Amino acid sequence: MMASSYSAKEEDGHHSGSAGLGGTAIRTRKPDNTAFKQQRLPAWQPILTAGTVLPAFFVIGLIFIPIGIGLYVTSDNIKEFEIDYTGTDMSSPCFNCSQSFSWNSTTPCKCVLFFSLEQPFESNVFMYYGLSNFYQNHRRYVKSRDDSQLNGDERSLKEPSKECEPYRTNENKPIAPCGAIANSMFNDTLDLFYIDPNGTKTQIPVNKKGIAWWTDKHVKFRNPGSNPNLTAVFIDTAKPVNWRKPVYELDTDLDNNGFINEDFIVWMRTAALPTFRKLYRIIQKKNNMTPTLPKGNYSLEVTYNYPVRSFEGRKRMILSTISWMGGKNPFLGIAYITVGSICFFLGVVLLFIHHKYGNRNNSSDIAN
Amino acid sequence: MLRRRLNRLCGGDEKRVDSRTIYVGHRPCPDTEAFIPSKFCDNRIVSSKYTVWNFLPKNLFEQFRRIANFYFLIIFLVQVIVDTPTSPVTSGLPLFFVITVTAIKQGYEDWLRHKADNEVNKYPVTVLEDGRSVKKESEKIKVGDVVEVVEDETFPCDLILLQSSREDGTCFVTTASLDGESNHKTHYTVPDTEKDLQALTAAIECEQPQPDLYKFVGRMHIYKPEQEPAVRSLGPENLLLKGATLKNTKKIYGVAVYSGMETKMALNYQGKSQKRSAVEKSINGFLLVYLCILISKAIVCTTLKYVWQSKEGQDEPWYNQKTQKEKDTNMYLKMFTDFLSFMVLFNFIIPVSMYVTVEMQKFLGSFFITWDKDFFDPEIQEGALVNTSDLNEELGQVEYVFTDKTGTLTQNNMEFIECCIDGFQYKHRDTRSELDGFTVTDGPVNKLQQKAGREKEELFLRALCLCHTVQVKEAGSEVLTDQVDGIDGMIHQPEEERGFIASSPDEIALVKGAMRYGFTYLGLESKSMKIRNRQNDIEEYKLLHVLNFDPVRRRMSVIVQTSLGETLLFCKGADSSIFPRVRPEEVDRIRMHVERNATEGYRTLCVAYKQLSAEEYAVADTGLREARLALQDREEKLMAMYNQVETGMSLIGATAVEDRLQEEAAETMEALQGAGMKVWVLTGDKMETAKSTCYACRLFQRGTELLELTVRTLEDGSSKREEKLLELLGDYHKKAVQDAPPVKAGVTRSWSTANQDYGFIIDGATLTLVMNPPRDADASLYRSLFLQICQNCTAVLCCRMAPLQKAQIVKMVKNSKGSPITLSIGDGANDVSMILEAHVGIGIKGKEGRQAVRNSDYAIPKLKHLKKLLLAHGHLYYVRIAHLVQYFFYKNLCFILPQFLYQFFCGYSQQPLYDAAYLTMYNICFTSMPILAYSLLEQHISIEILLDNAALYREIANNATLRWRPFLYWTVLGIFQGLLFFFGVRCLFSNPALQDNGQVFGNWSYGTIVFTVLVFTVTLKLALDTRHWTWINHFVIWGSLAFYVFFSFFWGGIIWPFLKQQRLYFVFANMLSSVSAWLVIIILILLSLLPEILLVVLRKPRGLHSRQKKPGQSNVGDNQSSQSSARPLLMRTFSDESNSVI
Repeated sequence: MMASSYSAKEEDGHHSGSAGLGGTAIRTRKPDNTAFKQQRLPAWQPILTAGTVLPAFFVIGLIFIPIGIGLYVTSDNIKEFEIDYTGTDMSSPCFNCSQSFSWNSTTPCKCVLFFSLEQPFESNVFMYYGLSNFYQNHRRYVKSRDDSQLNGDERSLKEPSKECEPYRTNENKPIAPCGAIANSMFNDTLDLFYIDPNGTKTQIPVNKKGIAWWTDKHVKFRNPGSNPNLTAVFIDTAKPVNWRKPVYELDTDLDNNGFINEDFIVWMRTAALPTFRKLYRIIQKKNNMTPTLPKGNYSLEVTYNYPVRSFEGRKRMILSTISWMGGKNPFLGIAYITVGSICFFLGVVLLFIHHKYGNRNNSSDIAN
Repeated sequence: MLRRRLNRLCGGDEKRVDSRTIYVGHRPCPDTEAFIPSKFCDNRIVSSKYTVWNFLPKNLFEQFRRIANFYFLIIFLVQVIVDTPTSPVTSGLPLFFVITVTAIKQGYEDWLRHKADNEVNKYPVTVLEDGRSVKKESEKIKVGDVVEVVEDETFPCDLILLQSSREDGTCFVTTASLDGESNHKTHYTVPDTEKDLQALTAAIECEQPQPDLYKFVGRMHIYKPEQEPAVRSLGPENLLLKGATLKNTKKIYGVAVYSGMETKMALNYQGKSQKRSAVEKSINGFLLVYLCILISKAIVCTTLKYVWQSKEGQDEPWYNQKTQKEKDTNMYLKMFTDFLSFMVLFNFIIPVSMYVTVEMQKFLGSFFITWDKDFFDPEIQEGALVNTSDLNEELGQVEYVFTDKTGTLTQNNMEFIECCIDGFQYKHRDTRSELDGFTVTDGPVNKLQQKAGREKEELFLRALCLCHTVQVKEAGSEVLTDQVDGIDGMIHQPEEERGFIASSPDEIALVKGAMRYGFTYLGLESKSMKIRNRQNDIEEYKLLHVLNFDPVRRRMSVIVQTSLGETLLFCKGADSSIFPRVRPEEVDRIRMHVERNATEGYRTLCVAYKQLSAEEYAVADTGLREARLALQDREEKLMAMYNQVETGMSLIGATAVEDRLQEEAAETMEALQGAGMKVWVLTGDKMETAKSTCYACRLFQRGTELLELTVRTLEDGSSKREEKLLELLGDYHKKAVQDAPPVKAGVTRSWSTANQDYGFIIDGATLTLVMNPPRDADASLYRSLFLQICQNCTAVLCCRMAPLQKAQIVKMVKNSKGSPITLSIGDGANDVSMILEAHVGIGIKGKEGRQAVRNSDYAIPKLKHLKKLLLAHGHLYYVRIAHLVQYFFYKNLCFILPQFLYQFFCGYSQQPLYDAAYLTMYNICFTSMPILAYSLLEQHISIEILLDNAALYREIANNATLRWRPFLYWTVLGIFQGLLFFFGVRCLFSNPALQDNGQVFGNWSYGTIVFTVLVFTVTLKLALDTRHWTWINHFVIWGSLAFYVFFSFFWGGIIWPFLKQQRLYFVFANMLSSVSAWLVIIILILLSLLPEILLVVLRKPRGLHSRQKKPGQSNVGDNQSSQSSARPLLMRTFSDESNSVI
């Protein structure tokens, strides 16, 4: 199409101008003899054949199977304990809390769950809360946030993004932090106690820092202004409607308060799937002598603030150790072992075909 | 007179009448009551499409008329209006880019056209106004102006030549820019106007503008004071066309008759219908499938969404309240907008970029044809020419080749071989020594044979010298006259130095032939032809009439008057047109020679003459003059007159001219046949000549059984022609179609000699009979019988074809069952119709002007280039574009499928899986360059091998790689990979704590992992398919991947102030810090490519023999192929299986 219009142009006007020369200047229009123009660029012409692929299959098989085994063993060694405290069941200690929930109640509902660990957790233990059937990845939910407000932009603080509707303003004051994600922040408090064989209850010390991505905590989330007095900074804003406390009272520690509260930041990273877990606390290993969580009985004290019954959600508390590949997940190990085996098997089959049909075919080829 | 009055009544509305009247110099003519200038269009050439004002709306309108662009516009508008998951930018940006680039390109081209137009329109010309010369801009010329043109200038509009600076009232022009014929053509002034142009009062009546360059009919009324108006006829020889250039003439004056857009040149630049390739049709088919997939996906999602929402607590949980506006919206409207949103979310499955890439591939790819130095012909200093880049891939799909004979299969470089005078053969021995020995008296007559009487001999030679329209080249003629006046000894100059110019090379050959026997044509001067006879005397003949050659009569004549006052008519023409017009007893002696010559592959012409008595001549003269002056039906009247004059002649001899085969014509034809193409020769030539050419080209071979369906076979029996035709058709049909063993598709004919080959011959007259059978017969029966026979024959020869019949044949085959792809190749004006008709038209830059080239899609200098054009370029283009199209659909399917699957996990809320930047960039940046490079550079089989093994062409016949099965394979592959990507990552995310510090990943990490796997898999899949790794491929493939990584770091590395959400902030970097993510990416890429690798290994490799022959340019490849002697064995075992998938 393009070429045709060019040539038309040439015939239209070009000649009338140049015809005066009357062919005195005969241009040689011999095409350049370059490798590119003649489609003769030196080229590597690989051919995948049984010969080249066979060893590759064996190599892949030989590499993947050990990796898979390693992954599987690693995953298997990770200790994980999970307890559901939703309280849908009559027998559950939290049943009352889940039933009698109301947003307006001023006294928090508490419930205590007892459990025992069959094995000690040796290294650092990570405490997660898990929610099920909670659509943090719903589009209306995912977009309902204002990242510039969270980044400390003072204009956005006063005038949050439209995306935050219907959690944008309350009583003519801008909500900080605005949006559905912030509004629905997980606010159950989970406390873990070790119960000695002799019956004494000791609270297990937990660390609430280091649970959010470093870059989120230090760059993406910023408190507005430079004023360390957050109360003053957030003076003209309203707290999210479902929050019990304003944002500047999330923690007493100045470094973990306001927008840079790590629980808040963790919650703001929306989960990929409707069943998810989020890091809640880290139980640091004290010393090499004693396990972080020794074998024995524990109690979990829950301050039950977060309602999930209305959408048939579930709440869990998960204790897990972590390896270099993350949390417990046998999938990778199994996948690597499977793929490695398949490759190995295919290699064997190909080799078999190779040998069985190889010679016969060669001879027939020569006959041709 | 009446018409003129009528004319006036109609005002300037000339369109209704079939002639126009022009007053020379705008001077009123005496017998018109009042001078009313008619309105004609001005002399402005407008080839541009747009003006500054209408460019934007018009161009946008044109662009959005394309269905694809319109679709993308709709998607964009939906995104703007409805609240959709992706911002309008994601689809608006690519669309805007495409539209802008196209608009800029078209705008630039239009600007060039404007510039060219201006150059022409503002060109200064001299117009004679009231006796003064006035300089004007070309566009100001009005019809009726008298224009002055000097040497080497182009004519600013179509002019009637009034006055020339040459004494004989002629001028020379070259029409190189119109039809490419660079020879000088003589044009004549209107007789009796050679005087003061200011005093000339004349009116010209001529036909309305029409595009035929070689036709013009008009009449000039010259008014002289106190005299009857004289009437002169005007023909094409009086008309100087705009665009032609004046040569060898100091100055001419002419009156403008057609101006501006009504000139023949302007009329000829209109409308070449757009040809569309089969690949484009396939694309549209696939597009429809994907549109269905898209719509069904959207419908499924919308339905499921409402099913899901109907469950309590799902639609609006406490943590995710709707806005007031959303609550108020009507339920059905919401459903509709949801549907639209899903459409928008999945619309990437039909990519804008594919159209851009296909267009770019075609445009850039076509350069390889123009660049190919193998197509360069040193003789004409030109290479191949691409007029349409839309049809590149069609070159790889050709099933029928229709070729012209003269100038295409043969060189159209005529050489006089022998002649036959009065039944005696004269063969010229073509040696130089003989030439020197040819002296005046004896002549070069073969002494071994009997000679005809000297009288007859000389008559014949004079006839050859006189009966033609050859011109002696101007420069040469001056030298010649010098010699004639001066030294006699110089006469025997080699004939090459004497330039002849003629419209047909036969004539030159004949004149040169006569020269060898002692009669030299010296030229035409003021209507008298001079020849030098054997005695070196100059004979002069007054040229009275030329009865021009035309393809219907197939002969031409001249009427001359000898110095003695005798009037002679010389006629030469095809045997079939001469024999009935001469005395029968003379025919037999000559016929034998003619037929023998014809079977030897020579072109034969018969020469006859007749002496006209004074009365006879007077009748003929008036008849011819009257016919020439006729305004209406001039052609018919002339024809009748010619036929009347050319009777009762006596045959004096015949000539044989050899038309040599083109270089490598036979090899080319053999290669085409080997490639499974059916070659049909369509020629206007006679059967015997054409047949011999076919044998020479190896189209017919010794074993070929010829099925003849010509006038001769029809008239063989006693039965009527129609009956005989049906009988023969039935007969041949039985032979060729029914009895032939069932031919499996693609079975290589040339290898299996057991099968009987059939060749079919039909001539024009019989074809007419087949096409338009007698009233009572069933037309379609004849046609289908004919077509079936033809399709079962190796080669078909159609001789005695008129140009239109050629097109008819092409059309018939084109529209036959399975609509095969046709290719026409020809070099002359008579091939234009079939070049335009066929799917692909190839013009040969031959000797018969440039008309074929101008109307073709591709032009090549020689026939032999066709082999490389089809077997190498066509094959590669087809494979490239087919792969491009399939790959594009595939990569977008596995791009969008995870996004679709994600809807099942996000409450059907149209949440995109990938970030907007990835959605936009995927097709534009990350995956576009490798496939473009592939589609430009891939040579899955090297060019040499393609040329050596014509049979490889069959592998891609019938659109092999774009049929539904390969499409299904690609689709299944895309679905498989899409599922794998999504669920692989889904399994990983069953525990989102993927970092070694226990931190978790969110939904954007999920999308980024899927996307990373996707980009790598899709690119590596292409790498697997690439058989020809040039540095560009390496650069682009690895560069794209590197760019993706770099971009992801960059995009996630900064808080972008203009973004509302910093979704990807450090997501990519965090992903890379997780070992699990690495591991899952690696295994998913490997797993998705595994079936592909297996297939490549098991697939039937392309010709083992070809690999061994591979030239040393691929060291690595050789290395590997030698390593793997195993391949052939595998391929045999698995070839069936792999064939079923591929």
